[in-house]
Amino acid sequence: MITKRIIPCLDVKNGRVVKGTNFKNLNDVSSPVELGKYYSDCGADELVFYDITASSDGRQLFTEILTEVAQNIFIPLTVGGGINTIEDFDRVLKCGADKVSVNSGAIKNPDLIKEAAQKYGNQCVVISADVKRVDGEFRVFAKGGREDTGMEAISWIKRCVDNGAGEVVVNSIDTDGVKKGFDLEMLKAVCEVVKVPVIASGGAGSKEDFITLFKEIPDIDAGLAASIFHFGEVQISGLKKTLKENDITVRL
Amino acid sequence: MIAIIDYGVGNLFSLVSSFKAIGADTVITGDIETIKKADKLILPGVGAFGDAIKKLKETSLDKVLIEQAQNGKPVMGICLGMQMLFEKSYEYGEHEGLGLLKGEVVPMENRLPENLKIPHIGWNALIFKKENPLFKYINNGDCVYFVHSYYAEGCDDSLLATAEYGKELTAAVAKGNIYGCQFHPEKSGNVGLNILKAFCEME
Repeated sequence: MITKRIIPCLDVKNGRVVKGTNFKNLNDVSSPVELGKYYSDCGADELVFYDITASSDGRQLFTEILTEVAQNIFIPLTVGGGINTIEDFDRVLKCGADKVSVNSGAIKNPDLIKEAAQKYGNQCVVISADVKRVDGEFRVFAKGGREDTGMEAISWIKRCVDNGAGEVVVNSIDTDGVKKGFDLEMLKAVCEVVKVPVIASGGAGSKEDFITLFKEIPDIDAGLAASIFHFGEVQISGLKKTLKENDITVRL
Repeated sequence: MIAIIDYGVGNLFSLVSSFKAIGADTVITGDIETIKKADKLILPGVGAFGDAIKKLKETSLDKVLIEQAQNGKPVMGICLGMQMLFEKSYEYGEHEGLGLLKGEVVPMENRLPENLKIPHIGWNALIFKKENPLFKYINNGDCVYFVHSYYAEGCDDSLLATAEYGKELTAAVAKGNIYGCQFHPEKSGNVGLNILKAFCEME
């Protein structure tokens, strides 16, 4: 059977990883290349690189660093951040990305997903949605979670999948950073309406949170996290062993 | 020198990096003379079968590939490249393949249990069906990375390994000097690199 995936996410700005890291055995903990290799070696099933650069100079640097990362890891690589046009897809795919994640770009231009899926295939297009509860419903937020779009999230995600997104990343703004577990209610609601892989993001604080995620929602394909892996609170190799001991299929 | 066949389909970046990592020299080429001089051939491919086989035929690379394979040169097809080694595909219509291996490529849709997601995407364990030098550095049960919505059927005599996804899907094939991987060795970590290394050592 297909294994459940564990995915670390690196936020990169001006060629460096911005969220703090705490690895003793790395020479340069802010180097995306070093970190990428480190995660790849300790059993990460995929890497997500997120470009949080605002300037075009920074974007150029990101492109260079992305190429170097891609040359040094041999697991799938997803790239997101600042993807607004087909040219942006082209730019990061040429650097060695396997999948491209769109968020605000799809909100601004709903045809982006359709165009990209037609050109590169559904498997290449990931819709990443930042979702928060507002007035008793799930709402999509844009601009890194700062702006309420007013759109209902579950139907938005379904529309993106119908347009050709081959994978969904659900970031719960409500549980993000709280470290009390993934947003099971939100994730279940998404899994009920789509038939493509769903990746849970936001809220992981411990190994147990991943066990709960995969046990409670068998349809979830992957768990994504950033700081708990960066700070070494949860080690990926140890996490995967624990999952296996709990009868969850993983790649060891 | 390993020639990675370039016929305008797909991104060859990761393949080149993978061979570099195991110390093998590669050239990305669509040039017939270069292909004839190479020690080994890789036929990559993503996208749709019909487009890809059409491009191979337009550039006459189909004939070169068949000739080189029949002369005994090691050839490995990867993902769609593997599917094209077979006789036929039913992806959006009916298309003739290279016919180097017996079997045909069929959609997962309506052939897998309904609760399973299509494409088959992610890491899955190899189930060895036969011993082969291609597997000399890896073990039965090792995981590799798949992304596909169609699979090869009826390839009994060349079947090397399967992966369980509602049923056993063809994962790797070989017949003499002709090899195929449905999964992406260039995305399958050390296991994938070890498969490429074994291929590089084929005579």
